[in-house]
Amino acid sequence: MQLTQSSVGRKIIMAVTGIVLVAFVCVHLLGNSSVFVGANAINAYAEKLHSLGPFVWVFRLVMLAAFAIHIIFGIQLTLENRAATPERNVQIKRLKTGFGAETMIVSGLVLLAFVIYHLLHFTVRVTNPDIYVPLGDQGMVDVYVMVVKGFKSALPVILYLVGMSFLFLHVSHGFQSLFQTLGLSNDKSLPVMETVSKLVGVVLLVGYISIPLLVVFGLIKI
Amino acid sequence: MKVKLHVWRQNGPNDKGTMETYEVPNVSSDQSFLEMLDDVNLALAKDGRDVIAFDHDCREGICGMCSQVINGVPHGGQERTTVCQLHMREFEDGAEIFVEPWKARAFPVIKDLVVDRGALEKIMQAGGYTSCHTGGVADGNALPIGKDIADYSMDAAECIGCGACVASCPNSSAMLYTGAKVAQLAVLPQGKVEAHKRVMAMTEAAKEQGFGNCTNHYECQASCPKGVNVKFIAKLNREYMKALCK
Amino acid sequence: MILDGKCPTGPIETSWDRHRFETKLVNPANKRKYKVLCVGTGLAGGAAAASLGELGYNVHAFCYQDSARRAHSIAAQGGINAAKNYPNDGDSIYRLFYDTIKGGDFRAREADVWRLAQVSNNIIDQCVAQGVPFARDYAGYLDNRSFGGAQVSRTFYARGQTGQQLLLGAYSALSRQIKAGTVTLHERREMLDLVVVDGVARGITCRNMVTGEIESHWGDAVILATGGYVNVFYLSTNAMGCSVTATWKAAKKGAYMANPCYTQIHPTCIPQHGEHQSKLTLMSESLRNDGRCWVPKKVEDCEKPASDIADADRDYYLERKYPSFGNLAPRDIASRAAKEQCDDNRGVGPGKRGVYLDFADSIKRLGEDTIRERYGNLFEMYEKITAENGYKQPMRIYPAPHYAMGGLWVDYNCMSNVPGLFVLGEANFSVHGANRLGASALMQGLADGYFVIPYTIAGYLATVKPGQIKDDHAEFKKSAEEVKADIDKMLSINGTKTPSELHRELGKVMWEDVGMARSKESLEHALKRIPEIREEFWNNVKVVGTNEQFNQELENAGRLADFIEFAEILTKDALNREESCGGHFRTEHQTEDGEAMRNDEDFCYVAAWEFKGAGVEPELHKEPLKFENVKLAVRSYK
Repeated sequence: MQLTQSSVGRKIIMAVTGIVLVAFVCVHLLGNSSVFVGANAINAYAEKLHSLGPFVWVFRLVMLAAFAIHIIFGIQLTLENRAATPERNVQIKRLKTGFGAETMIVSGLVLLAFVIYHLLHFTVRVTNPDIYVPLGDQGMVDVYVMVVKGFKSALPVILYLVGMSFLFLHVSHGFQSLFQTLGLSNDKSLPVMETVSKLVGVVLLVGYISIPLLVVFGLIKI
Repeated sequence: MKVKLHVWRQNGPNDKGTMETYEVPNVSSDQSFLEMLDDVNLALAKDGRDVIAFDHDCREGICGMCSQVINGVPHGGQERTTVCQLHMREFEDGAEIFVEPWKARAFPVIKDLVVDRGALEKIMQAGGYTSCHTGGVADGNALPIGKDIADYSMDAAECIGCGACVASCPNSSAMLYTGAKVAQLAVLPQGKVEAHKRVMAMTEAAKEQGFGNCTNHYECQASCPKGVNVKFIAKLNREYMKALCK
Repeated sequence: MILDGKCPTGPIETSWDRHRFETKLVNPANKRKYKVLCVGTGLAGGAAAASLGELGYNVHAFCYQDSARRAHSIAAQGGINAAKNYPNDGDSIYRLFYDTIKGGDFRAREADVWRLAQVSNNIIDQCVAQGVPFARDYAGYLDNRSFGGAQVSRTFYARGQTGQQLLLGAYSALSRQIKAGTVTLHERREMLDLVVVDGVARGITCRNMVTGEIESHWGDAVILATGGYVNVFYLSTNAMGCSVTATWKAAKKGAYMANPCYTQIHPTCIPQHGEHQSKLTLMSESLRNDGRCWVPKKVEDCEKPASDIADADRDYYLERKYPSFGNLAPRDIASRAAKEQCDDNRGVGPGKRGVYLDFADSIKRLGEDTIRERYGNLFEMYEKITAENGYKQPMRIYPAPHYAMGGLWVDYNCMSNVPGLFVLGEANFSVHGANRLGASALMQGLADGYFVIPYTIAGYLATVKPGQIKDDHAEFKKSAEEVKADIDKMLSINGTKTPSELHRELGKVMWEDVGMARSKESLEHALKRIPEIREEFWNNVKVVGTNEQFNQELENAGRLADFIEFAEILTKDALNREESCGGHFRTEHQTEDGEAMRNDEDFCYVAAWEFKGAGVEPELHKEPLKFENVKLAVRSYK
């Protein structure tokens, strides 16, 4: 009860689910980067994932749970925090916090929308049914072709750019924040972690948007 | 020099409140900010008008009574400085200055710039102590305490309980105030005994009193007139997890 | 009337132990039936309320601030004395006792001071147990420093915030009792009357400072721990809210005011910068270890920058006058010497009320880094207030009222002459005599609160039936009506001067005529001016707003009214005391070289004044002081 209702307990939940999510985006980026190697690499990677069978579903359920918990508590905490300051000063000058930290709920909700779109785009395959080309006879899709075709039109590229910008904002505050929440920072490590946090954000941003951009600029092509 | 003040005037917790403007001529740059307000009040009183209510007492930066948001920052944003230690020479001639009270659900306005900080008291009463009796304690030197630990504890104990951490926090969280006390006592052998109970009780009290949750903006440290470090919030979190595991 | 302090007789070493044994106890089961009111929540009041609550009494505590943690005890910087003798340098209870008696210029009661020295050790233990982060050495043991001219290191400290940390310790103990329900705290309440029924203290009348409501509170005993009165000088190092009101209201109900003329003027404060100033800031006395005090020899040099004045043209007056102690002369001596130079028109800075405290020689000898290490925080504070860099140019300092040794008269049990009224800490007169030594104020406050009152109050309560008189008694109603009438009167005058203007006027008179050096002439001048100010107050004060609101102008007006009445008694006491001792210096009574001259023959007594009405001659009661363990001697600092 303490964990799910108290102020610090829910913070810890946010931090732990945050770790799961940030670990996921890092691993996902690593997997995705096989696209730079070529069509065979990324298709092999996709096949490997598929071959895990039920484990994929376990993994997906864990991710879904972490994601849902992170969002639900995030919204709940934000609403509480807003209610704690029913009226604000006429003049407000912030000395330390940044845009990313102040807009966590916005970037979080945008990311939720993005993830839904992303799943519809590449996983459930409903937004652009024309990009799927079968690969082999086991019901697999040519992922490489899907990615290249998927970023041929402007809208998905723009949406991915926007989505990843918010990921940068979210992670640049969230990453160092989880160390503080889990009691792992002190006065010396905190400034370092704040820089590291921004770096992690930048790496994710650059890594993720490089794929659609390289497709747009024709460096990844069929 | 002269300045133009915009001051929050509010006649009680249920009054709407509004900013009022006052032109202040003949300000001496050697005056403290509160002495400048004294002059404004003197002129208002001479005029038979209601004076601006503001909390103040020691005027040397230690009692924690003064509580004004000046130009959007609690205590005015000079590093490690309370309002009462802020001097007019920090402002330019002709400056416009906004003066407002702490604003948080947990701090209802009593009048103008005076707020009720009783919620902070409730946090302390929940566990900000060691349960030792008067008399019958061990000799002060019975338990050696490392200098680094004593210094760490003292760093946390510098908190003057003014509430600037709450006022500066986008979430109106009192976690720095709570963390400072939790950390001060948790590292000392005398305070370790009740550390688990204390961190649970104090964080729960903070929630009950209507303070928000900490989301690591670190505004509290930046505006703290004693520079109390957010590492004490990390320490509180650590103590909390230890208590959870118990 | 000759007063009896009811001190235990016999060997002083066992006096407190014997007294504790002989004092009656209250049955534990009965304690909760007794309601004790405790006004003030500083070191003395906070510690008393917490300790009594823990013992099981039903305690109600009152403070004018919004939290018990903000009492002015919090501002003490230096430290707290205790006779622990941890450094093995020859300290003992007897030595602390002796130093305190001598430091007070032989005007304190021996038994009280002995008890203070004895319990000083318990205080340190208590505070450590509360989690007070005292300074420690590398082995983890409590660190000591020397202070206030003592020859042993007996001062415990927590950085430059010892008072704050001790108060937070007492406050935490109090918070614990509030949580436990044994103490009820009434914040933002100002005590405006003592309710006395048939000569016994039975409760208080106070004003809720938020709503203006006049409240009556009954109690089987009333404890006043409401601090000192040096704001009577208007500018002082006290907090803005410090006032004589609580103790003065008690004095008006029959409690005697003892030795009000003993006021301490601290030498190292930042000088006044202009007419707008609201208070003075103290810098630790330790600065005089490395700083040299001087003023220009020639009047015409005073306007020049310090660097333009050649060494030959500088008057290092302390070194000149007191070659052996030099810049380390005690507080009262150093303060008076600074005043003399400025009176001689050789002061520096705005208004020429300041002397230089010069670190140039020390910086040359030790380097700026060493000085920074020792006093960095003080230089910073000085720069924040004056915008001057103390490393580059000499600091300017001037004495300022700091502490009141006088206060309500109490017996050995800390009970005043009004049965049921107890007075603790700076508010009473008991242990500091005519001059307080550094690091002793914190010691007294906590000694009274933790280790004296819990025993002595039982001796009184055991003799009374609990809850005999409650707030439905006619006296409570009468008191509330009187308080209300006073408030209405102040609000209705609608004159032309605000309380702060009149307070400034009073302060000017008190500072100039009853300040560091007093003469028959100046005191008589003050006695002429004070009634005029009183008249003007009650005819020409302007208090805006109403009673039924948060009204700081009204609070100040009430406090000022009491200061004015009290100022008269302070001045009369100074006029009566035809000798110089400690903080009280009568220019008529000095040696050829300007030193204080005590008159043990005629004035070795406590002067306790009974108030007979505003403008009416107060009655003097005396409590002779007997010295059986210490020999009366002359203090010399040459």
